Amino acid sequence: MSKVHTASALRLKGHERVIGYALLVAAIASVVGPFAWIFMTSLKQQIAIYTGAWSFAPTWANYTDVLFGRRSDFAANVVNSLIVAGTSTALVLIVGTLAAYSLYRFKWAHRVVAAFLGWTLLFHMIPVLTLVGPWYIAFRELGWYDTLGALILTHVTMNLPITVWLMMAFFGEIPPELNEAAQVDGCPPLRAFWSIALPLAAPGLIASGILAFIFSWNEFSIALNLTSRDTATVPLAIARFAQQYETQHGQMAAASVIATIPALLLMALGQRFIVRGLTMGSVK
Amino acid sequence: MLASIVAALNRSFRHWSLLPAVLLFVLLTVYPMVNLLRLSVSTVEFAEGRAQWSFTPTRNVALLASDSVLPAAVLNTSIFVVVAVAAEVTLGLLLALLVGRLDRGKGLVRTVMILPILVPPVAIGSMWKLMYNYDFGMFNQAMVALGMSPVNWLGSTSLALLSVILVDIWHWVPFAFLILFAAVEGIPVDVIEAARIDGASSWQIARRVMIPLLKPALAITLIFRGILAFKTFDEVYLLTSGGPGTSTELVSLHLYKVFFEQNLLGYGAVLSLLLIGIIVATLLTSRRAVTARSNA
Repeated sequence: MSKVHTASALRLKGHERVIGYALLVAAIASVVGPFAWIFMTSLKQQIAIYTGAWSFAPTWANYTDVLFGRRSDFAANVVNSLIVAGTSTALVLIVGTLAAYSLYRFKWAHRVVAAFLGWTLLFHMIPVLTLVGPWYIAFRELGWYDTLGALILTHVTMNLPITVWLMMAFFGEIPPELNEAAQVDGCPPLRAFWSIALPLAAPGLIASGILAFIFSWNEFSIALNLTSRDTATVPLAIARFAQQYETQHGQMAAASVIATIPALLLMALGQRFIVRGLTMGSVK
Repeated sequence: MLASIVAALNRSFRHWSLLPAVLLFVLLTVYPMVNLLRLSVSTVEFAEGRAQWSFTPTRNVALLASDSVLPAAVLNTSIFVVVAVAAEVTLGLLLALLVGRLDRGKGLVRTVMILPILVPPVAIGSMWKLMYNYDFGMFNQAMVALGMSPVNWLGSTSLALLSVILVDIWHWVPFAFLILFAAVEGIPVDVIEAARIDGASSWQIARRVMIPLLKPALAITLIFRGILAFKTFDEVYLLTSGGPGTSTELVSLHLYKVFFEQNLLGYGAVLSLLLIGIIVATLLTSRRAVTARSNA
């Protein structure tokens, strides 16, 4: 996967090669185009947006309005999102890694493993909206409705299946001889987990961590129903921009661009981990 | 003292390592699903912040029978899933086959393709809402520049669903590509070299050699995308909220409205249980299909 080369038997030649590259450029352009257009829109004054001008005086006004405007909560929404995504990622890594290690290392009965993994698959597949109703009732009864803590708990649960699968796959790549050697040498189980398995599965922790953070940062339908103004996250702010009676199109574009920044950053930092995580999660 | 705690933790590591995950699943997924069963035969009203439950077993079934939006939502969702997933897997496969045969640019394509997968779906909805804008959106600018009249992409009942499907295709072709590209890269080179030596053309190699080898990956992409497309909510909520009329009403949107706009928690639970049942059935049948295919 990491080595990118093409066998000579496969390589396109002559006019096939030209057509191939033309199609490739078209595919890349259709993915990048909308991002470029929205970024351009975010730099325009409202009037330039309406006239659809290609030449315009770029301005950061939309960004300053969104982030520092007196009527905008966006900065608070960013803080909420960072707290929720950061905390839920840390928690899901702890809970998910422990569970994955337990299932991989210790001899659980086959039906325990099957039941656990089957349940993660089922929960991952059902629309989360089916559970938001019961969550809403339970959190209201507990007085946790409209708290970041409740949202964090739901995000940890939401990201648990994929974290467990990924970490199991990464633990599975550790040579079994290492565990046997540790056991023979009398290494206590906790020590074997902490000093042998965990360092070797570090790429898995990075991949799962990046994905969990992004999925939490992006999550909309739970936050929509379990938060209100003070606890709202970034996706809710974007929805609010889009649904205002008098839509501020420039601010809507700027907010969308800002919401994309974590994805861009994490992608630049950990692309190979993400590719591995995304394809492993679905192929295995 | 500390030593004995560590010793105890070590002895029971096997059990407590699995415990937090099990606890979380029981409290936040199993218990709510049990509550869905209770809710489905109840009516819940909130009085002074407390939930008041009353047992009304026939009411929710009656609501199901008289729900005039549900058939439209089911039909739209079926069209949405079939058209979007078919297009995504086809385009993703073509792109994966193409990129697999280029000598340059693979890394770049992969980088670009990850982007739509990681961007918040709500931001994608908001981007496309601007691009579809009747007065100044990218598409109508292009239409006008080409001398055509502008189109009401999201506001016309005949076009809205297609416009929404197009967004989903744009969003998820990259995902299909990533999975299928990983599978293409995994095809042993000597198999293809052998076909080439036997005089097979590029098209024949793709059609007769590569696609059959990609069948397990194709099946998995289809099932994964199918189930995820079935859950689509964020983008459509932003783009149309189901309108105009019920022309882009999807099952997930309808469920949201029943639960949180009409506050019919009991009837929402009935719908939820139906949905979960359909997904379990799909999973069970498709699991058989996947294992049968990969054994073949």
